Amino acid sequence: MLLNGLKNDKVMASVLAALAAISLIVPLCNLLFAPDSPLYFSAYTVSLIGKYLTFALLGMSLDLVWGYCGILALGQGAFFALGGYVMGMYLMRQIGSRGVYGDPVLPDFMVFLDWKELPWYWHGFDQFWLAALMIVLVPGLLAFVFGWLAFRSRVTGVYLSIITQALTYALMLAFFRNEMGFGGNNGLTDFKDILGFNIQSDAVRACLLMASGITLILALLISRRVINSKLGRVVTAVRDQEMRVRFLGYRVENFKLWVFVFAAMLAGMAGALYVPQVGIINPSEFSPLNSLEVVIWVAVGGRGTLYGAIVGAVLVNYAKTLLTGWAPEIWLFFLGAAFILVTVLLPDGLLGFWRRHPKEQKQ
Amino acid sequence: MKANSFRWCSGAVLAVILMLPTLGLGQENASEAAFSAALSTLKGASMAERGQAIEQLAAVRQPRVVVVLQALLEGRLFNLKADDRLVIGETVEEGYRLIDAQSAESLGTAARSAMQKIAVTNNLRASLRKLIGRLQLNNDDADVRLAAVKAIGKAVDADSLALLRDHLVLEQDAGVQKAIKLILGLEQLKRGDKAQRLAAIALLKDQASRDVVNRLNGLVEKDTEGRFREPDGEVRRQAEAALASINARLQLYAAAETLFFGLSLGAVLVLAAIGLAITFGVMGVINMAHGELMMLGAYTTYVTQQLMPDSLGWSLAIAIPAAFVISGLTGIAIERGIIRFLYGRPLETLLATFGVSLFLQQTVRSIFSPLNRSVATPDWMSGAWRINDFLSLTWNRFYILVFCLLVFALLLQILRRTRLGLEVRAVAQNRNMAKAMGIPTGRVDALTFGLGSGIAGVAGVALSQITNVGPNLGQVYIVDSFMVVVFGGVGNLWGTLVAGFSLGIANKLLEPYAGAVLAKILVLVFIILFIQKRPRGLFPQRGRAVEG
Repeated sequence: MLLNGLKNDKVMASVLAALAAISLIVPLCNLLFAPDSPLYFSAYTVSLIGKYLTFALLGMSLDLVWGYCGILALGQGAFFALGGYVMGMYLMRQIGSRGVYGDPVLPDFMVFLDWKELPWYWHGFDQFWLAALMIVLVPGLLAFVFGWLAFRSRVTGVYLSIITQALTYALMLAFFRNEMGFGGNNGLTDFKDILGFNIQSDAVRACLLMASGITLILALLISRRVINSKLGRVVTAVRDQEMRVRFLGYRVENFKLWVFVFAAMLAGMAGALYVPQVGIINPSEFSPLNSLEVVIWVAVGGRGTLYGAIVGAVLVNYAKTLLTGWAPEIWLFFLGAAFILVTVLLPDGLLGFWRRHPKEQKQ
Repeated sequence: MKANSFRWCSGAVLAVILMLPTLGLGQENASEAAFSAALSTLKGASMAERGQAIEQLAAVRQPRVVVVLQALLEGRLFNLKADDRLVIGETVEEGYRLIDAQSAESLGTAARSAMQKIAVTNNLRASLRKLIGRLQLNNDDADVRLAAVKAIGKAVDADSLALLRDHLVLEQDAGVQKAIKLILGLEQLKRGDKAQRLAAIALLKDQASRDVVNRLNGLVEKDTEGRFREPDGEVRRQAEAALASINARLQLYAAAETLFFGLSLGAVLVLAAIGLAITFGVMGVINMAHGELMMLGAYTTYVTQQLMPDSLGWSLAIAIPAAFVISGLTGIAIERGIIRFLYGRPLETLLATFGVSLFLQQTVRSIFSPLNRSVATPDWMSGAWRINDFLSLTWNRFYILVFCLLVFALLLQILRRTRLGLEVRAVAQNRNMAKAMGIPTGRVDALTFGLGSGIAGVAGVALSQITNVGPNLGQVYIVDSFMVVVFGGVGNLWGTLVAGFSLGIANKLLEPYAGAVLAKILVLVFIILFIQKRPRGLFPQRGRAVEG
């Protein structure tokens, strides 16, 4: 059912095939070949590609909101970071008594702050199933409350963009506080195990990459299905003519809310997969700049296509890895130029540039 | 007392004043002679002689005397062995820099071994302090007298109290009078009988001073054995009443201080947001590079200061127009180069200007290094205006408040009274109609954007006086300034002013309870909720222009 109509959508099919290939070949080459073999992928490459895949998922989630619903959310990174923090909490609890201070229950930073017991919201996070549930529930709930308030009172356009930015900014300030109980400035780190396996080992890294790839593929297929459903068509109509859709009798705010919450959950999952692969989560993930970078991934790839966001996320992040390694000061010039060029010259992104213009296609 | 009679003399009737030149001349010669006589006695070996000399010196009516006595007290008075004259030494790297004790003539430097220190005993030191205090009390400058009173107040004894009491009768300056009364009152409270203590409490009730509060607290507290330190119930009651009245005033001071801090934070917010109110409010353009234009203004201040390090005040005065021009031109370039192509696509404008902001940030980082640069503050802007022990207002924040209001008034006048202002308003209300009336809308757009950007640059100059100047300066303020504009209502300068000040005050009101960061979060959450309720801000624009 998820694969319906893929034959007519060549780009989507090839992106899916490429993703499946990457999530199979890279981990297998890492595990099967010896380090001196030309086919070997180093552990660094594995976690780098795994990271790109989670970024791709984050970018795709923003594309749902921005490309299909017309909401330029400048706070998508907040949901990503929240998912990451939930995963971080689970991983912190897994450390157990192997922390620096050796406390069987309390994570190191709590011992350091001289806390005597676990705050109530940390209970139960030693269970993976609860953490896994919370990874989608926490971002989803925040998106629901925020979106419900915002869409109901018809906050739209740039206003919505600015208050989503304020949301992630406020969260960043909050998570910087030690009193919040999430490790303050340093965040959560020093992870040891995931599901009982050593998080540093090659096999776990390979599995995490595979998990990221599979999640991304599934999310892409499900999102595609949603977009092609009747609901998706209404959402697209809201993007193009909100008033008209409203006058036709649709509850516009409900459709927007649905997409917003769904995208937030995807972003949370991306964050949860990101954290074990980079080994740290801290409040700077909430910074407004991060969310804006996500916007540029989608803009570069071309919005309103789903796979465009994926291609954009991988391309921009690959450029970032190259440039920050080669000449760090160039990176912001590059990013700034990307913002300007894409918006002024390539409103449909790179894929839109190569593809025939959508209007011609219809004719 | 001779010194007092001299004061009396100088303040006397016309006839005496007419006689003064001759009288003064004779006196001067005589006092000069007495000065050198006393100084040579000081060179004598015995402590008794030195005591005498000090008394003699104190009787000489010469401004130099205080300096000499002070140097003696601090152990900086030496006898130069080579030519047997008294000098005041100041420690420098290669020994001492010497000044002649009597004539204040500079004598170059000398090694420690070339001179002999004029030593004094503790006894002499005590009397020196008193003499210096008395001499300073007779100084014509009220500030010197106030300092002298405060110095005496740090270690009071019977003599100094008598001195202060005598001086109080002659003292004209209200501030010095108040300081003397404070010391006398505190002393009476300590040693006087019941009637005197009650009188002292009544006197001290109006003084806002930490000493008074401590002393009164001492009166009403119990000691470790549960007995009241103050035996008399009547005095205790009065002390409690006095404390209550002082506390009520302290609360008032605290409120005034919070209000001031709030207003000064508000002024910063208004300065940051007011340029945005033009570009976003009047033109409908989201300019994410606004913070970076402020940063450019701050760096302009830094550069002008580097260019003219000797005159801070002037460099600041030059920095204001320079920052306006630089940020304004950058703004015009952004508008002509990018934003022009994106009118009617607000989300794209947002992204493009964000790109510009990254570009500007990195440019500045490459030129000036990523480290913060500190900009010096001129003397008249640093320090604080101490109203009393409990209330002091910092000058830089005070000036920024004034500056903010000036900029606001100026901007309002530009929009209201100039040709450009008229055209800006016309284009904002109805672009097509304005075009039909022959207004060059493209040029007006560029100039409006330039104006808003220039104001951002000016705000940057103000910011450089209260924070460090770094490439991230703008990012700190961008979210806040958007909040202010949106909260106040887009397209409404007064709304921006009210919103800025009320957010500033709200922040500072919350801070004591919630801490700085949480206060900021609470304010942000409040605005997010507020926008849900009133999407068009505090003072929404009405009329048909809104829909277009």
